[in-house]
Parts: sequence; C-alpha cells; structure tokens
Amino acid sequence: MSLDKSTVVQIATLARIRVPEEELEGLASEMDKIIGWVEQLDEVNTDAVSPMASVVDVKLIWRPDEVTDGDCCERILANAPKKSQGFFAVPKVIE
Amino acid sequence: MTLLQGNTGDWEMVIGLEVHAQVISKAKLFSGAAATFGAEPNTQVSLVDAAMPGMLPVINQIAVEQAVRTGLGLNAKINLVSVFDRKNYFYPDLPPGYQISQFSQPIVGHGTIILDLDGGETREVGITRIHLEQDAGKSLHDQHPSHTFVDLNRSGVALMEIVSEPDMRSPEEAVAYLRKLRSILRYLGTCDGNMEQGSLRCDANVSVRHPGEEFGTRCEIKNVNSVRFVQQAIEYEARRQIELVENNGVVELETRLFDSSNCTTRSMRSKEESHDYRYFPDPDLLPLEIDQEFVENIRASLPELPDAKKERLMSEYGLAEEDAGLLATERATADFYEEMTKGRDPKLACNWVTGDLFGVLNKSGVGIEESPVSAAMLGGLLDLISDGTLSGRLAKDVLEAMVETGKEAAVLVKERQLKQITDTGVIEAEVDKVLEVHTDKLAEYKAGKDKLFGFFVGQVMKATGGKANPGMVNEVLKAKLGS
Repeated sequence: MSLDKSTVVQIATLARIRVPEEELEGLASEMDKIIGWVEQLDEVNTDAVSPMASVVDVKLIWRPDEVTDGDCCERILANAPKKSQGFFAVPKVIE
Repeated sequence: MTLLQGNTGDWEMVIGLEVHAQVISKAKLFSGAAATFGAEPNTQVSLVDAAMPGMLPVINQIAVEQAVRTGLGLNAKINLVSVFDRKNYFYPDLPPGYQISQFSQPIVGHGTIILDLDGGETREVGITRIHLEQDAGKSLHDQHPSHTFVDLNRSGVALMEIVSEPDMRSPEEAVAYLRKLRSILRYLGTCDGNMEQGSLRCDANVSVRHPGEEFGTRCEIKNVNSVRFVQQAIEYEARRQIELVENNGVVELETRLFDSSNCTTRSMRSKEESHDYRYFPDPDLLPLEIDQEFVENIRASLPELPDAKKERLMSEYGLAEEDAGLLATERATADFYEEMTKGRDPKLACNWVTGDLFGVLNKSGVGIEESPVSAAMLGGLLDLISDGTLSGRLAKDVLEAMVETGKEAAVLVKERQLKQITDTGVIEAEVDKVLEVHTDKLAEYKAGKDKLFGFFVGQVMKATGGKANPGMVNEVLKAKLGS
C-alpha cells in the first residue's frame, strides 16, 4: 500500500491536526514506511487463528449495577479553561 | 401498500429505523456514576466519563443483561462473544474523542418484530442488530451568546442501538414499528421509552424507488424525537427525494436534520467528512463473553410479551382483536384490566377501561399506574351496573365523583342517593307529569312530529335527576304515547 499526500491531509483533518503543506510529502513517506513495516505481518497465514485480544489470559471484568461514583462536579470542572453554572463553557458549536 | 404519485409514475418509500434506547440501570455502562435523568449539571460524572487520563472502563453487568433481554424479546440471535470498538469523532460533548460502541461484532444479531397495522393487519419487520454503546454528553447552545454549555451527566450512560432492516414502506408502518418496539421494551423493563426525556431516540433512513426497482440512495434523518415527527419527517423527505429525482437531480447519501418548526429536513454538511469513524477494537476492553446458561436464565425470566398477551386476552376473555391490542400495549393496562375483570363481564370491563377510564387518565394527564381509580374500585362500580343499581349513564356520573372524591362507588351511591329508579309506578307517574306539563308538544307529537319522543325521554330523565332507568322510561313512554 502506498500513501499519498491527499490521504495525509484527510488523516490530519480527521485528527484535527494542522499540517503545513511543505510537511505533507515527508509525512506521507514516513507513514508509508510505517505501514509497510506493519504489512510484513501479511506474510503469515492467519486464516485459522482467531484475533488475540490480550497477551495475558484474563477475562473482561464486570461491575455490579451500583452507583459508586460521581457527585464531584468541582473536580470534574477543575481544569476547564472556562465554566459557568456547573457547565463546561466551550466556543459556540452549532449546526 | 402506500404509494406516492409522481410525474414519472408511482413511488414506493423504503424506510429503516435506528433507535437509540437508554438502558434502565442505576449506573452507567462503564462507570459507577448515576444514570438518572434531570440532575444538576455535571453532578453525575465520574472521572471515567470525563475521560481523565488513566481512567479505565469497567462494564456494568446490568447493561449486558438488558441487551440480552431485549434481544430475546425481539426473537433475536444472541452472540456469546461480542466486541467493543472505538468510534472516533470530535465533539465538545464527547470528552475522550471516541464513543465506545460495537461495530463488527454486536451483542445481538438478527431478530424480528410484528407490526400491528390498521384493521387488524400485521406485518413482520426484521431487526438487523442491537449493540451496546455509550451516550454522549449534552450541549446547550442557547444559554450564552458566544458559548456552548456542556453537561456530561448523560456521558457514558448505556444505550442500545436497535437497527431495523429497510423493511418498512410507509410512514404509518414506521410509526407502528416505533410503537411496538416501545411497548416491548417497556414490557421487558429494559427501557422506559420516554421520548420527551430522550430515553428513546430515532433516526430514520429513507429512500424512494419505483416499485420493483433496486433501492434508491438513502438519506439518514436525525433528530426525529417524537412519533409524530417520525411520520412528518418521512413524509417530507420522501416527497423531497421524488421531486429531486423527477427534476433530473440525484439523491446524495447524506445526513439530514429534521426541523420540527416547519416539518422539513435539511442537510448537515458538517457531518459528511467526519463520517470516517475509524473504528477499531477498544484496547481498554476485552471481548464481552457470556455463556448459554446466562442467556437461558434471562430467557426464563422474560414476562409475557405484548403479542402473547393480546392472543391470551382474546382467547381467555373473548375480546375483539382491536380491544385486546389496546389493552396489551402497556403491561400496566393489561394488569389493571385482568385484576378488575375477575368474576365480572370481560367485555363490559374492557369498555370501561378503554373508554371511560382512558378518558379520565387523559384528562388528568397521568398513566394507569397513577390512576385515581384503582382496579378494585372500578370493579366495584361495574358490580353496581350488573346488579341494576346504576344505569350506564348514572355510572359515568359516579365515576366522575369517584375521581373527585376518591370514594368507593357504593359509598357514593348511598351518600348521594344515586340508585337508579326501576319502580314502574314511579316512572309512570313522572311520565304522566311530563305529558301534562307539555300538552303543546304532545299535540305536535300526535300530529306526526316523531322526533319529540327524545324530548319526552329527556324531560323524564331531567325530572328524576337522571336516575330513571332509561330503558324503562322508553317503554313506558311508548306505551303511553301509542295509546
């Protein structure tokens, strides 16, 4: 697979990262190399192998349905650049 | 089949619905914060819900049970292994920058739902899948001129996304689907179905085609949050697409927003490029594994569901399909009916529940659970009709008094001396009096003005304070006027 500049632009947009035009070429080639490196895995036949979700043999842990957390509005908002009346206040986003 | 007429022939609507149903649980899907509606902003938020660094999600057992229960209630395949994925997008009310959802391996697979349509017709609609996911927080855009306020209380609350097959062909069927789904969820106790509070939300996928042709390109309509809006949004959108295509336009695959102020839909362009959600398995969560025993235990605890309830009401009480369907829509209504009909006339009981009692509930704006008249009390009223103490007409007055005072029917009858008059002598005397007073009308009647019969009945009822047995008044009058 080879990665072109327009794909890098698309990825940057989705990730909300501003990339100057002159850096696109270099990034495309770097990312292309990373993908190429990972693609080596395609050489192994994994048809009969189920995906491994964890390297250790553990199961998903469940919690009982009990309210054990919350009621810490001040802590939640402590690092908010702007807040008002218990809300986070962010620049207006409207459709 | 409902077809829309266009300039190039008939058009058929193809509709699929995606319903987000909030799971009934105390805590959220992956945190121990409360999941209830209406608390002060950001008071039901844990550090997990606010996506603070280093926080890890731990799944709530009830959410898993509720999803399985819902799947079983919709005759669906339960997947013993399912996987949580991250759905990536940016929005201020989504602190982690991704929603934990299920993409390629949902917990529930294919199922079915039976729609009850007008005239007792039914239609089967396929359920594609149900998956578990987190709700986002809530953005308030109208509180400040330059800021959006964000409340994360809803962030992380467990949702079931229930996706239907594109099996519906009219707005009416979409409405019937929503009603039936809501009814089943409420029976199961997995979602309260409250559309006003947003615990049941609906997106509609709509496309049009000439009958027999391939599916057209669909548009997804968001923000249709009442049953009425679903109908309006689909009607508008189908018309829009037909007009577009017939004027050489092309329907684009897009997300549109329903505007309830003018019943139209409009494009949400900003959604387009972010549609690439880059799903991948959430590395913080292992696959969700359940065993058959877990599923069977839930299956064994399922209540009788609306379809079975309706069938039984028909066979056990001899009710008509429409009446049985009406009673079976809500479990509480069916329970109320069954309690009050014990040892009484099932059809009379049905008429009183679906007629007068529903009227009382509508008027006072409460559900049957908060009915001011209990099943036992309404049953007591029915007994007084059956034993002849009350006419149907008097009984309506008594019901009204019961609602006002909270007293038993028998007590009110005694207090207000409402027992109906069935003594022929008394009724005859009243009839004679009325005919004496209205000699002019009597003459007109005898001259052929038959309609005045009703007038005489009314006068007698009035004179007896509504207590005369109407049937007997009719008979006595007929006899007297005929002579």
